[in-house]
Amino acid sequence: MGRVIRESGAVVSRRHLFFRECVRLGIDSLPLVLIVGAFTGAVSGWQGHYQLEGYLPFDLIGPATFKAIVLELGPVLTALIIAGRVSASIAAELGSMKVTEQIDALESMAISSTRYLAVPRIAAMTFMMPILVAQANFVALMGAAFVLTMILNLTSTQFWGLIPNFFYIYDVFSGLLKAFFFGLSSSMIGCYIGFRTTGGAEGVGAATITAFVWSCLAILILDFLLAMMLF
Amino acid sequence: MIEVSNLHKDFGLKQVLRGVDLKINTGESLTIIGQSGCGKSVLLKHLVGLLEPDKGTVFVDGEAITGAPRKQVYQIRKKFGVLFQSAALFDSMTVEENVGLGLFEHTAMTPGERAKRVADCLEMVSLNGTQKLKPAELSGGMKKRVGLARAIALNPQYILYDEPTTGLDPITADSINDLIIHLNEELHVTTIVVTHDMVSAFKISDRIVMLHLGTVIFSGTPSETKSTSVEMVRRFIEGEAEDKSVVTHY
Ligand SMILES: Nc1ncnc2c1ncn2[C@@H]1O[C@H](COP(=O)(O)OP(=O)(O)OP(=O)(O)O)[C@@H](O)[C@H]1O
Ligand SMILES: [Mg+2]
Repeated sequence: MGRVIRESGAVVSRRHLFFRECVRLGIDSLPLVLIVGAFTGAVSGWQGHYQLEGYLPFDLIGPATFKAIVLELGPVLTALIIAGRVSASIAAELGSMKVTEQIDALESMAISSTRYLAVPRIAAMTFMMPILVAQANFVALMGAAFVLTMILNLTSTQFWGLIPNFFYIYDVFSGLLKAFFFGLSSSMIGCYIGFRTTGGAEGVGAATITAFVWSCLAILILDFLLAMMLF
Repeated sequence: MIEVSNLHKDFGLKQVLRGVDLKINTGESLTIIGQSGCGKSVLLKHLVGLLEPDKGTVFVDGEAITGAPRKQVYQIRKKFGVLFQSAALFDSMTVEENVGLGLFEHTAMTPGERAKRVADCLEMVSLNGTQKLKPAELSGGMKKRVGLARAIALNPQYILYDEPTTGLDPITADSINDLIIHLNEELHVTTIVVTHDMVSAFKISDRIVMLHLGTVIFSGTPSETKSTSVEMVRRFIEGEAEDKSVVTHY
């Protein structure tokens, strides 16, 4: 952990590694993120409609859905999906490098495995997660709008009308700040568990699962802690 | 010069090294023999600081690598080239990237100079032309040789070879022996080889040591080794499992 911070300058000196990981961990996750976003939005629109029906004017669905998405659903659901994909893949990759002595080989060449393998992955994930979440938020909002206006027959003024009145940049920002911490924690967990893998293919399998479970837990716990701090 | 003094290493309840003392002179070609699982690879890993001992010290040119700060450990490691028993090629990289990684990280060479050096190193192990292949496309023996090319790329002062000829046909194995001798004699590389291949051991070494039950039980020149009366060494060379007398009971 301390070593990751001390060697984080490697992001600049090893740009090519950072960019490669951004593409591999981030951009390749995009289709998944967009699907998650669309369905999250759709379902929150539908549920919002069901819950408000008969109690509150439908004009409030727009702001309610919007807040739910940017504050909570976008960051947390996206992060959980990405944590599954990315922290497990980091753990599996570094874990199999560990058990096949590739990490020893790298270290024996006087190349720091933290600097060469961990830092680019952690930096890429921390950087990409807010971007992915922002995209998921956008798609989710579109999904909600689609369900409410096309299927549940609201007018688009009913949906969009009040959103500007309830739009606080702080909400969007704090959602993205959460995403930043989710990206940081899940990639660090993936690296940490990957580097400590022992015991051949079986060990790699176990590391993959462990990384997935711990990063999901970390996200849920962090989400709660950040919610207490931010609001 | 490498000096190993009183090195101890346990893995859980398993005592692997129990007080290894060993001095390797600059320019020497030393072979370490010993039964499978006796800790030869573990000993090699201590020489470059990949494992920390429970007790004891390793000095490289008078500097302790055991317990040294990371920065200093990296400085010392730059003197070494290591061929791993499993070759340990980076499987996400091509042969060329594997061999060239050290050059890329530690030298200011241009891509052209790097490509030239990579080709030279691959030529030495008769694998020039395989630059664009991935490790998964190589045979076991080819991986070993790429690992060797990677170990020599930076012209190290010390080369550690963990079973360099295992899994190679006799002809290729002999060309690897010649390469090891060439590097040792022409380029004055201090050579430390772990092997089970006694033909190779007798050919390449100035001195042979045997590791048994966690300590060095024998040290001698190849001719001393051939004529030794030390029971374990004799049996090792002749490939005998147990006392002959056991057989007569059947
Ligand atoms: N990282 C590790 N964790 C636990 N035990 C280990 C580890 N590395 C080695 N060992 C144990 O240490 C002992 C010595 O292993 P080592 O690989 O040094 O044997 P070796 O002499 O190189 O054998 P071989 O000739 O078969 O390669 C073995 O019993 C092995 O189980
Ligand atoms: Mg070994």
